Amino acid sequence: MVNTFNTYLRKIPTWVLYVLGAAYPVWLLYQGLTGGLGVDPVKVMEHALGERALQLLILGLAVTPLRQRVGLNLMKFRRAIGVIAFFYVFAHLLVWLVLDVQILSQVWADILKRPYVTIGMAGFLVMIPLAVTSNNWSVRKLGPTWRKLHKLTYAACLLGGVHFVWLVKGFQLEPLIYLGLIVGLLATRFPNRNKRMAGVQKA
Amino acid sequence: MAHRWKNDLTHDDVTPHAAFLNRRQIMAGMAGAGLATTLGSGQARAATLEPDSFEVITTYNNFYEFGTGKDDPAKNAHMLTTKPWTVTIDGMVDNPGDYSFQDIMSQMTVEERIYRFRCVEAWSMVVPWNGFELADLLNMAGVKSGAKYVAFETLYRPEEMPGQRFRTLDWPYVEGLRLDEAMHPLTIMATGIYGQDIPNQNGAPMRLVVPWKYGFKSIKSVVKITLTDKEPPTSWNKANSREYGFYSNVNPNVDHPRWSQASERTIGGGLFARRKETLMFNGYEDEVASLYEGMDLAKFY
Repeated sequence: MVNTFNTYLRKIPTWVLYVLGAAYPVWLLYQGLTGGLGVDPVKVMEHALGERALQLLILGLAVTPLRQRVGLNLMKFRRAIGVIAFFYVFAHLLVWLVLDVQILSQVWADILKRPYVTIGMAGFLVMIPLAVTSNNWSVRKLGPTWRKLHKLTYAACLLGGVHFVWLVKGFQLEPLIYLGLIVGLLATRFPNRNKRMAGVQKA
Repeated sequence: MAHRWKNDLTHDDVTPHAAFLNRRQIMAGMAGAGLATTLGSGQARAATLEPDSFEVITTYNNFYEFGTGKDDPAKNAHMLTTKPWTVTIDGMVDNPGDYSFQDIMSQMTVEERIYRFRCVEAWSMVVPWNGFELADLLNMAGVKSGAKYVAFETLYRPEEMPGQRFRTLDWPYVEGLRLDEAMHPLTIMATGIYGQDIPNQNGAPMRLVVPWKYGFKSIKSVVKITLTDKEPPTSWNKANSREYGFYSNVNPNVDHPRWSQASERTIGGGLFARRKETLMFNGYEDEVASLYEGMDLAKFY
């Protein structure tokens, strides 16, 4: 089953993901302009982009455990998943800045004063070097440093998850599920490391 | 009885439910009305308000008993049974007891009140409520001297209110007012919108409306009213006292830790609606500021 799936996945070129990824915000904007997003299109757009970004970040985190434990190989798409996630976080930030808060002085005040905004902003900043180095040239140029640098993904995911939990009112299930998935997927990285360290000690 | 309150918003500020007019036409009409009526500052202010349609008011709701999404209440509230409905009035009153909704309505004078509605999440709309003054209901029950506060409670019925199956808040939802706030002529129990029975998602069959406070103070689907001499617990204060005070008056100068309260987004204006400045006490400063004389509103938020 998994092998059939992998065979099909191998046939999908990555540009398909980029096209679909780019089409989604355009579609949201079109819906927002034509009344398809309900009576408060700004918030729907803002939330949809933020949630999509978080889902992609989680999918990105899942790529390695899925390959190791299930045998499902999404490695080929990991870069596209990450780049599109960054693009959505950026669009989410733009919608918040331009359509929601609107007032530049208030934007700055919010970033400094509101912890959940500060955390979200930190998540975006952390993703910038990742997006900038998500090309073959950087991978070659940076060598092993690239792998280390891209561990920042873990921080970005955690910041995004906490941002969501913190911004909702009351005790809500959905953001906790996201944060739980992120923590769970990060935890899968640690037993490996322990095993490796145990191996080193034995040697 | 408390003195009657005069509405400064008129039908010009409301989109008729029957006719969903083109927004441009409404705006043009309002501009004309604004030029014609340069009477008081209240009216000038009212003329700049964006009207909200029945659709906006009834599809964009916070009513966590039906879910935390803004569209959840409109989707889920049809499950709620509102007939029969009984309101228990007890505590420090002369005539405690269970009052049927019909019984209450037969003794109350329903009128229209077009109020600004400001949510703590920094969005706002304008709603044409139908309802009666809470003071009239409290007088019917006979408030005993010594009573200082009014406590309210929302229906708890998880089989009809799916949001109550998860502890987003400590159910049932409770709220409270100081007695003078409750007796203020601006404070109403709303039973309708646009002249129709209030839809379930807006708090059927009977909800509180306190227009100078953030929306969550205006407790929905009320089943219990208790007169007491102690400040009653309130749901959002119990959930997070640092963020939600007992008073929760609309105040552009006192920020919520997670939202600036200086400005607000108007719902229903589309993708490019401009934010507008939030008015002190949501624009009802002349009417209610005296209630808080001598109080530090940054402390009693």
